[in-house]
Amino acid sequence: MSEDTNLKRREFIGNGAKLAAGLTIAPGVVVYGLSEASVPDRPAEEPASSERRWGMLVDSNKCATGCDKCVTACGEENGWDDSEPNSSPEQKAQWIRKVELRHKGTGKSHSLPMMCQHCENPPCVDVCPTNASMKRADGIVLVDRHRCIGCRYCMMACPYKARSFIHETLTDQEPHMPRGKGTVESCTMCVHRVDEGREPACVEECPEQAILFGDLNDPDSAIAQALTRYDSTAVREDLGLNPGVRYRGI
Amino acid sequence: MKKTLYTQIEGGKGFWALLAGFGVVILAGLASMYYMEHNGHWVTGMNNSVVWGTPHVFAIFLIVAASGALNVASIGSVFGKKMYKPLAPLSGILAVALLVGGLAVLVLDLGRPDRLIVAMTNYNFKSIFAWNIILYTGFMAIVAIYLWMMLEKRFNKYSTSVGTFAFVWRLLLTTGTGSIFGFLVAREAYDAALMAPMFVVMSFSFGLAIFMLVLFASYRMTGRPLGDYVVRRLKNLLGVFVAGVLYFVLVYHLANLYATEHHGVESFILTSGGIYTMLFWVGQILLGSLVPLAILYNPATGNSRGWISIASVLVIFGGLSQLYVLLIGGQAYPMKTFPGYEVTSSFGDGMIASYSPTLPEVLLGISGFAIALVAVTIAVRHLRALPASLADGETDPHAA
Ligand code: SF4
Ligand code: SF4
Repeated sequence: MSEDTNLKRREFIGNGAKLAAGLTIAPGVVVYGLSEASVPDRPAEEPASSERRWGMLVDSNKCATGCDKCVTACGEENGWDDSEPNSSPEQKAQWIRKVELRHKGTGKSHSLPMMCQHCENPPCVDVCPTNASMKRADGIVLVDRHRCIGCRYCMMACPYKARSFIHETLTDQEPHMPRGKGTVESCTMCVHRVDEGREPACVEECPEQAILFGDLNDPDSAIAQALTRYDSTAVREDLGLNPGVRYRGI
Repeated sequence: MKKTLYTQIEGGKGFWALLAGFGVVILAGLASMYYMEHNGHWVTGMNNSVVWGTPHVFAIFLIVAASGALNVASIGSVFGKKMYKPLAPLSGILAVALLVGGLAVLVLDLGRPDRLIVAMTNYNFKSIFAWNIILYTGFMAIVAIYLWMMLEKRFNKYSTSVGTFAFVWRLLLTTGTGSIFGFLVAREAYDAALMAPMFVVMSFSFGLAIFMLVLFASYRMTGRPLGDYVVRRLKNLLGVFVAGVLYFVLVYHLANLYATEHHGVESFILTSGGIYTMLFWVGQILLGSLVPLAILYNPATGNSRGWISIASVLVIFGGLSQLYVLLIGGQAYPMKTFPGYEVTSSFGDGMIASYSPTLPEVLLGISGFAIALVAVTIAVRHLRALPASLADGETDPHAA
């Protein structure tokens, strides 16, 4: 791969809107509404840096059963909330979902949000034949929707069922988030916001402040401090994927 | 044993009728593909839980069968069994044709088949998929060279060494196909070291079943003599392979039953899985294995070509059932994301996922067979690949 494409790919999400403006992604399939893009803060020439590793800590003790504010916030932010009128509920995209747990032995229940766990060793990236699934230097795992061929191997490989396949033509997308029929998508950790120095939408909207977002590599960050202070766990820790999303209380 | 005389088949009415018949099936497959791509996959049975559906069952079946179809040639050239030598060209042609059919289905079911060029120019060498693309194209090239060596008299002397290379490559190819599953760390049904060898034995069995049907049909339709000696040898071999697959299936399930963490998925497939349980016991085990074995080894039926053909068709049906159970059943059973917990969500966590195949998916899958058979028909029309006679006197070293 040439240096040039490398750069393009790093810019892809941050600058996706500019790239995709008015783009015809297939004969007759045009991504609409992408022309008035806002320009992200992280300059396009500057690649995501490996000095950072973005992560989240979810406190399931705070997370309320039945609340799905984070899910709604994500759907609205990224435009997947109401974008697939023809698809069945099993076919509709869900970048984030609320999972209710009940321990089989003790009966103790927990509630928590599940999304792409932004694995350090992501199986989705390993199996993707075209390099469409990729991990940015700052740990955020993304799908380059201009390169994805829709083989769904990444969906087979992801242990967290974090990915969705788009089963129909989409219209009316969010300018910062190009999406398209026949490709796969998942939580981007709101990369467009993160690159502007903002927090992901779910983090911002949670009324219980149950999700902490920040740089795992910065020892002074609130998330790094919380991780040293409290017990936390990765879902399916046994798989050794070292996700960037960790949980408390389970 | 006499020198084998190879001839092309005639290009008469029968030839065109055959092509037209397969052509109709291929058109139906292409129309289905257009329908699915145009609307998007919401018109199919797939969803975000069962992401590989019926087309993948057919595609994987054909790819697995392809490497097995080459087996007949390998037995002839690599293991020096004389009887199989005259069958080698057809075996090579069928192998390439089945692979083309399987890959076509795989590609036509992509979300974005129009981006195939992306897949061919951006390789992720960590992905077993990308490796498989190399294995598949390599297989076609090597078998093509192998065919050339066999069909061109002055190159005959190289055919054994190229054949050996092709044999090794086919083992790699099946292992590669089997390993597609090996990389799915979190899917319990695929978590078995047995997967790769099981796929190799499956390929022997499925490939030979298709080979026998094609051989019988082409000799019947062209009025060429096909002696009992060849038929008997092939059907005995098929019996051994079917029993081999059955053995691997048995060990696979026993091993899973032994490992406590797999009890859930095991009891799902074996007892409570509805359609999957049914397909396993009735499709794969009874109709796909036990009945064909009974037909092949019972002297009353084992000497009749009609019955042997039925057994071969059943083996193919059993193979498709087996892959359906493994592939789709394996996805329908929920992943254990939170061991020890009952899990519910709006995204199907903790639930058996639903999947029912739709007509376009089935048509697309079947068209893979038609693509393969058209390729074989055209190849034997233009290449001197079929022996003019496989009568007993030509093939049986003991016949007078
Ligand atoms: S959670 Fe799934 S989609 Fe996200 S990085 Fe890990 S394997 Fe990939
Ligand atoms: S569906 Fe797209 S992102 Fe996923 S493995 Fe295939 S090409 Fe890669």
